Amino acid sequence: MTATDEVLHRHGLTREEYQRILEMLGREPTITELGIFSVMWSEHCSYKSSRVHLKTLPTTGKRVLQGPGENAGAVDIGDGYAAVFKIESHNHPSFIEPYQGAATGVGGIIRDIFTMGARPIALLNSLRFGPLEDPLVRRTFAGVVAGIAGYGNSIGIPTVGGEIAFDESYTGNPLVNVFCLGISKADEIIKGVASGAGNAVYYVGSKTGRDGIHGATMASAEFDEKSAEKRPAVQVGDPFMEKLLLEACLEVMQTDALIGIQDMGAAGLTCSTCEMGSRGGAGVEIDVAAVPQRESGMTPYEIMLSESQERMLLVVKSGREAEVERIFEKWDLHAVHIGQVTTDGRMRVKDHGTVVADIPTAALTDEAPVYKRPMATPAYLAEAQQLSLGSLDAPPPVAEALRRLLASPGIASKRWVYRQYDHMVRTNTLVFPGMGAGVVRVKETGRALALSVDGNGRFVYLDPFHGAQLAVAEAARNVACAGATPIGATNCLNFGNPEKADIMWQFARAVEGIGAACRALDIPITGGNVSLYNETDGKGVLPTPVLGVVGVIEQADTVVRRTFRGDGDAIVLLGDSYDELGGSEYLKVIHGLVKGVPPKLDLTGESALQRVLVKGIAGGLIRSAHDCAEGGLAVTLAECCFDTPFGAVADLAAVDASVVAFAEVAALFGESASRVIVSVDRSRTAELETLATEADVPVAVIGRVGGNRLRVAIAGRQVLDEAVADLERIWANAIGHHFESQRAIA
Amino acid sequence: MKFAVVVFPGSNCDHDAYHAARHVLGQEAVFVWHKDTSLQGADAVVLPGGFAHGDYLRTGAIARFSPIMPEVKRFADAGGPVLGICNGFQVLLEAGLLPGAMLRNRSVKFQCEHVIVKVEQTDTPFTSACRPGQLLRIPIAHGEGNYYAEPDVVARLEQNRQVIFRYASVDGAATADANPNGSVNNIAGLCSDRRNVVGLMPHPERACELAVGSADGLVVLESVVKSVGHGAFAAAR
Repeated sequence: MTATDEVLHRHGLTREEYQRILEMLGREPTITELGIFSVMWSEHCSYKSSRVHLKTLPTTGKRVLQGPGENAGAVDIGDGYAAVFKIESHNHPSFIEPYQGAATGVGGIIRDIFTMGARPIALLNSLRFGPLEDPLVRRTFAGVVAGIAGYGNSIGIPTVGGEIAFDESYTGNPLVNVFCLGISKADEIIKGVASGAGNAVYYVGSKTGRDGIHGATMASAEFDEKSAEKRPAVQVGDPFMEKLLLEACLEVMQTDALIGIQDMGAAGLTCSTCEMGSRGGAGVEIDVAAVPQRESGMTPYEIMLSESQERMLLVVKSGREAEVERIFEKWDLHAVHIGQVTTDGRMRVKDHGTVVADIPTAALTDEAPVYKRPMATPAYLAEAQQLSLGSLDAPPPVAEALRRLLASPGIASKRWVYRQYDHMVRTNTLVFPGMGAGVVRVKETGRALALSVDGNGRFVYLDPFHGAQLAVAEAARNVACAGATPIGATNCLNFGNPEKADIMWQFARAVEGIGAACRALDIPITGGNVSLYNETDGKGVLPTPVLGVVGVIEQADTVVRRTFRGDGDAIVLLGDSYDELGGSEYLKVIHGLVKGVPPKLDLTGESALQRVLVKGIAGGLIRSAHDCAEGGLAVTLAECCFDTPFGAVADLAAVDASVVAFAEVAALFGESASRVIVSVDRSRTAELETLATEADVPVAVIGRVGGNRLRVAIAGRQVLDEAVADLERIWANAIGHHFESQRAIA
Repeated sequence: MKFAVVVFPGSNCDHDAYHAARHVLGQEAVFVWHKDTSLQGADAVVLPGGFAHGDYLRTGAIARFSPIMPEVKRFADAGGPVLGICNGFQVLLEAGLLPGAMLRNRSVKFQCEHVIVKVEQTDTPFTSACRPGQLLRIPIAHGEGNYYAEPDVVARLEQNRQVIFRYASVDGAATADANPNGSVNNIAGLCSDRRNVVGLMPHPERACELAVGSADGLVVLESVVKSVGHGAFAAAR
């Protein structure tokens, strides 16, 4: 067929890319082939804009069992076990249809994990929305949360943590990033390869329908007012089918009849077929007529591009087919033989025996286009980095500022959200959502894993390199606050349109920042996901790299939470505070500004701080630990009191209150990095001081746990004296208030 | 003693019940696939939580047709102790082993949180080790746990002391605030006429170790170990 500009546009291909297809095939593509190239060369599948940058990330280490390139990464967690994990985005579908978009995002990442032979044991999510005052945002928010709950709860994988932030830039383009972690024996990890000529290719799971055709291409384009019309491109999830697939596949993996397996996610049957062939250095031949179909009259084009959910592709050893079929039948699943592995390195698609596509697998994978897109420093940057505190309105009284921060949905309790998630099923959850990093025990080894997802789009907007480093540091610090040593990370990079030079610059600088921080903290990146084109009507979201960090706690029972534990315990601040307000929640909430430069970060100091936390917690010295993030020390101290019967008395003596009014604000609400509030038994403060000092970590006893008020002074001058119960009520109810007196949203 | 944990394809608390029985209590436990027809000589049967067949229709509506269910019914009719937890309770309702039905939670949302339940009666195999009026802090995790029965049925349940667990406040009062889902009379769990079949929405098996937030649920499983130890149900096997 000869492709017109209109046909190419609909397939998201440029004229140059089409030219390349002609050269690779030596002829014009069939319509099925054009569709296949279209999805495999989409940004979503090919990483064509991001690949050159991603290559610079550190991906190896002594614990890494599987780096990027497979369905998920894997790290060694001791005693012969591996943690298999990855984060993935489902941003675009979640805007179009919040419930199903989010639900199928959960389904997709779970399949990536069990495909590797691991039993999924924990989910987390990182979400971004516009302001909750907007009724459309509330609908999206409620729908996304219900979708995540509906899928994860049903399949029985606990959602143990996550983070949510709000900013106007996400109003028309929410971010829904889902992280899943599974456990497998380290030597039983399964890969997505097709090899061994003559081995059978099996299809199992839901039937193929017309849903989700061109989902990958949709995820590679910006939104405009016509996006609502793209609803047919969003798929519908069936968590029960996924549960059957999960159990049946794990059972099949216990046999040695399996060569490789891959789920059909983005780009469906097309992607799974050619990627498995490419990884195994083999070819794959299938006949679409054998593929179970939900509707009649589907064309090969539609079957190959469908993104119907809950489908798997397996390569089974020749002669072992009956054994595998029997296991699927036990679970009432019908495994269908749709083709075989070949030796010629080609993906050959037939329809009732007639060839409709015949493409070298490499052309679709390794030889897909790679772009070094032009980059330029964004025009907004210089002005945005200027922060003149003197020109701001006079700050409100600090007590009022604290109340407003606690009511801000980014800081407020997320109980309204996580109460909808089954966070306890499997009885491994040691630290519940809202209490710090999510912590799950590994029953088999006596260890536990701490998991955190973090990212601050404001910081990255104001300085991508630095902001991305801060995201790595925060996620790692959060797992260290539970007592875990960070051992691996996955990232989800949410940015705007990479064809714009300033967006590409943001992306490149952020990846450099992640790489630098991961190297310094010795945390390899084992995989992840890139989501570009997060724009609506030409306006991009805040650049939002989200880091998911996994840490190991050697003895599960030593874990600590954010909450104070004993009346009279000493409150100790680890880390230095600076006069920093750039990009803070305070500036946003109180002054409506996203300005200045993000807090400075010394990676050597960060690393030392995390080691002190791990050591102090393992030895039972540190009784609680809470990272000082959004809202600064004042909010952090308040949060250490919430969900406890205790108050706190503290003096931030280090701050000289004689300078301008904003110095006081910076002391209370500034977000200087690498700071943690810990509590210790009063008789053991000297021990902690020694431990910290020897590691060159700044340490200061700032107060004690007690009473039922939050009393904060600066160099002896009382600046806050509030009843904890009053503050807690504000914090606990803020998100729910947005949904009260409204009808429930289905 | 030996627990049989029935596994429907969408059960997802089967491993939790097994873990509690086997590893926390140190008893024997076996998984019984829903297509099987034998309970493998177990002394007590647990129908675990989850979404038995996806539950897109009514929760538990399809599970009652599973091949194992006639055997569960026979075991129950013979006086054997049967515990339905969450979805297992819903299955018992659908199978007619307990009266009533579940509506969606009053909040119209799935709710996962710790609640307090009061042990109303101790003359069942699953509460025999409890103190009368004992308060247990155990989690719920359901979207359809709003127990409903016709007023005459509820009156009969109350009269026959078949309400075994009730949602309660910290001081043991069955208040509206303490009722997480809107259940009639704050009913969290019931027993059958013969008192050997017990169903409850909260998850005692999730509250068997302090490390995971509470060990208050252990007494429910300890009760049946104690009851079986006394030889009360040998005829059912």
